[in-house]
Amino acid sequence: MIRAIVIGASYGGMEAIQAILANLPENFKIPIFIVLHIGSNRIDAYLSTLNKKTFFTVKEAEEKEEFVAGTVYFAPPNYHLQVENYNSLSLSTDEKVNFSRPSIDVLFETASWVFQKELLGILLTGSNSDGALGMKSIHKFGGISIVEDPETAVAKAMPLSCIQLSKPDYILPLQQIAGKITELAIK
Amino acid sequence: MLSENNDLPVNDLVYGADNGDLFDLEIELLLDAVNRAYGYDFRNYSKAHLKRRIMHRLKMSSLATVTDLQKKLLWEKNFYRTFLQDLSINVTEMFRDPSFYKVLREKVIPVLSTYAHIKVWLAGCSTGEEVYSLAILLKEEGLLPRTRIYATDFNKNVLETAKQGIYKKQDMELYESNYNKSGGESNLSDYYTAKYGSVMFDKSLAKNVVFADHNLVTDGVFAEVNMVFCRNVLIYFDKILQNKVLNLFSDSLTNNGFLCLGTKESIRFTQLENSFSVIDKKNKIYKKGAVK
Repeated sequence: MIRAIVIGASYGGMEAIQAILANLPENFKIPIFIVLHIGSNRIDAYLSTLNKKTFFTVKEAEEKEEFVAGTVYFAPPNYHLQVENYNSLSLSTDEKVNFSRPSIDVLFETASWVFQKELLGILLTGSNSDGALGMKSIHKFGGISIVEDPETAVAKAMPLSCIQLSKPDYILPLQQIAGKITELAIK
Repeated sequence: MLSENNDLPVNDLVYGADNGDLFDLEIELLLDAVNRAYGYDFRNYSKAHLKRRIMHRLKMSSLATVTDLQKKLLWEKNFYRTFLQDLSINVTEMFRDPSFYKVLREKVIPVLSTYAHIKVWLAGCSTGEEVYSLAILLKEEGLLPRTRIYATDFNKNVLETAKQGIYKKQDMELYESNYNKSGGESNLSDYYTAKYGSVMFDKSLAKNVVFADHNLVTDGVFAEVNMVFCRNVLIYFDKILQNKVLNLFSDSLTNNGFLCLGTKESIRFTQLENSFSVIDKKNKIYKKGAVK
């Protein structure tokens, strides 16, 4: 049973994330945590678009926030987003990881420790290698991992480095990812 | 490509699906041991933060398990210093969040300037970048000569750096830009002298600064102050410790004293919510005294 979903994306990620969230069903009951490398001047407008175009409440995660189903939590620009425990999230201003803050690896890794086999991790387009080690950790703790097919990714480097480092459970074109998430969520 | 960054998550350790819960148990035991052996209590730090730092240390010291780390910590006193350094938070910058300093100038300084003597507690001062930022701001507002700043941290190493006031030249470009955005009245370079790759801030800025060892977890009130400045420290604590430390700040503040937290920190949902009023919501500046 999946209790939480983590998504990571970098270059090209705004469109990819929107494509996934907009295609998840209305009664979707699993909280979603996202690290997207995006500038602080663009995130407000982007989140408000997602609020309009999806069934979810979409917001920046707050410090020690208790998460609820039906809500999507984004890492605030310049803060790492971490899964603190089974109920709450935490933020951190620690050093950059992979030259990034927020870093996908930090979210994925802390989520894998808490949710272990009840976690679904999804890594999308990006032109760096953030997220590869995080996906490996998810796999190691028994969670399920989906990586976007590099062929459909706007930037291939991130999905490629993930595929090289670990064995994702699924490598799927962007259009099929929402369907797979929905299918796995029902199980 | 990946090996360039030594702070990457560690996956090649023994932890995984078969023993994920053991990892949590070992960390609890480790924190207990550290508390009993060294008197530093990290048990109410953010668990995610602790796990990341502990994983990092396992990798750096080529240790397989948290239990191995515990043994090394108990038997090697010098190694404990390294671990302390791992757990302390030393990412900071000058005039971080310039809008905060701008609002501080506009909304807090006019009140402080009506006082004959001003006392400020900068808690968790780390390597001192915020201390010099605040001192510069106070100097420009004409308040520095009558202000005493208590700059505290539990980590003696960073306090030493803070006292020196010597920083990397390469960081000055960002700090200068922050300073300008924060409403600075001259150039940041007016306050330091550059030599080789370093800069040293004017000693006069720290003349009224008392650098002291203080642990927010275990130490108590040591002065009554007009302003507490504690930015991006509480996010590393759990809810219980956050409440405890906020009460310590409240007890240290005069009536109408100011509390300045980090941009993502808040007194909402804490025990203090109703005993402070909001001066600036976005920049997390509060004033002691019930909401009217």
